[in-house]
Amino acid sequence: MPILGIIASQNYPRGYNESDYESIQTVTVGAGGSSSISFSSIPSTYKHLQIRYTARSTVANVNDGYTSIRFNGDATNGNYYFYHVLQGDGTSATAGAGGTNAIIYTGPCAGNSAAANVFGVGVIDILDYTSTNKNKLPRAFGGMDNNGAGKVGISSGFWFNTAAVTSITIGANAFGNNFMQYSSFALYGIKG
Amino acid sequence: MPAGPTYFPIATTTLSSNVANYTFSSIPGTYTDLILVYAGTGDNGDLYLEFNGDTATNYSATNLASNGVSVISNRATNNLSYTPGNIRSTTQSVPITHIMNYSNTTTFKSFISRSGSVDYEVQARVATWRNTAAITSIAVKNTGGNLNSGSVLTLYGLAAA
Repeated sequence: MPILGIIASQNYPRGYNESDYESIQTVTVGAGGSSSISFSSIPSTYKHLQIRYTARSTVANVNDGYTSIRFNGDATNGNYYFYHVLQGDGTSATAGAGGTNAIIYTGPCAGNSAAANVFGVGVIDILDYTSTNKNKLPRAFGGMDNNGAGKVGISSGFWFNTAAVTSITIGANAFGNNFMQYSSFALYGIKG
Repeated sequence: MPAGPTYFPIATTTLSSNVANYTFSSIPGTYTDLILVYAGTGDNGDLYLEFNGDTATNYSATNLASNGVSVISNRATNNLSYTPGNIRSTTQSVPITHIMNYSNTTTFKSFISRSGSVDYEVQARVATWRNTAAITSIAVKNTGGNLNSGSVLTLYGLAAA
């Protein structure tokens, strides 16, 4: 398959086809905000999924907003590994590991103390999502910058379940905050 | 429901000579995200981008990088441009920049980039261009001088449902 993010892969034997990367659904938050975003009835006809987001959380700080994910409606604490992360805040680089949790961390977003019109952005990849032989491991790359404060990082987490992914729910700050208006989440399917 | 083919090469060029800059202009507003890929060499320096001809102090970034020995994080504030990554004269650099929701006229524009070159650093960056205008042009330049002949620049558009 083409390298995610790059069309021209020399390793793709039959040549890239523009229809190999398809938009499945997009959700944009309206006035009043949203407590979560859901993609449901995800078709099983792709090999991998990618979520691209622009987001702002109602959390009352500048750069501690983050997106978090659950699969197939599973909200059971202990069914996920929170993250392994490498990130920078503009002053220092840090590494972290979370423990078991009810969500997976999937990247920074802006908090509501950031300047108006500042949003965080990120890309979340979920490889081999239809497999029933593998636990699911989303990886994320994202960040936010507020001209003097910010955060950028890469992370991965783990869902202790081999079920095929049929729905995805995304929340702000472990579903403890809302996403603000103009936050958007786009789900793409990649064929393999 | 799927919206059909989504990932389009808007424009691509392979530089036939060393140039000081290359500009993607008249970018259509029909996509959701842009992805800018630079694969090539140049005089040792930093690749930098200017959007819509803006050269005022409207750019800022938070950076994460490693040279294989140590890892650092730093930032740029009130900059005149955005730097996705470095360029090297003899080894290829591959900065890839995701420009999200580039055509909206409500929010500032945010980008994330990953880059690397074998003899320098691997880098991850996030940036904001403090302007709500839709992006219609991107100028690609090098703080060290030229972008070298043979370098490939490609702009992709991603359309969301």
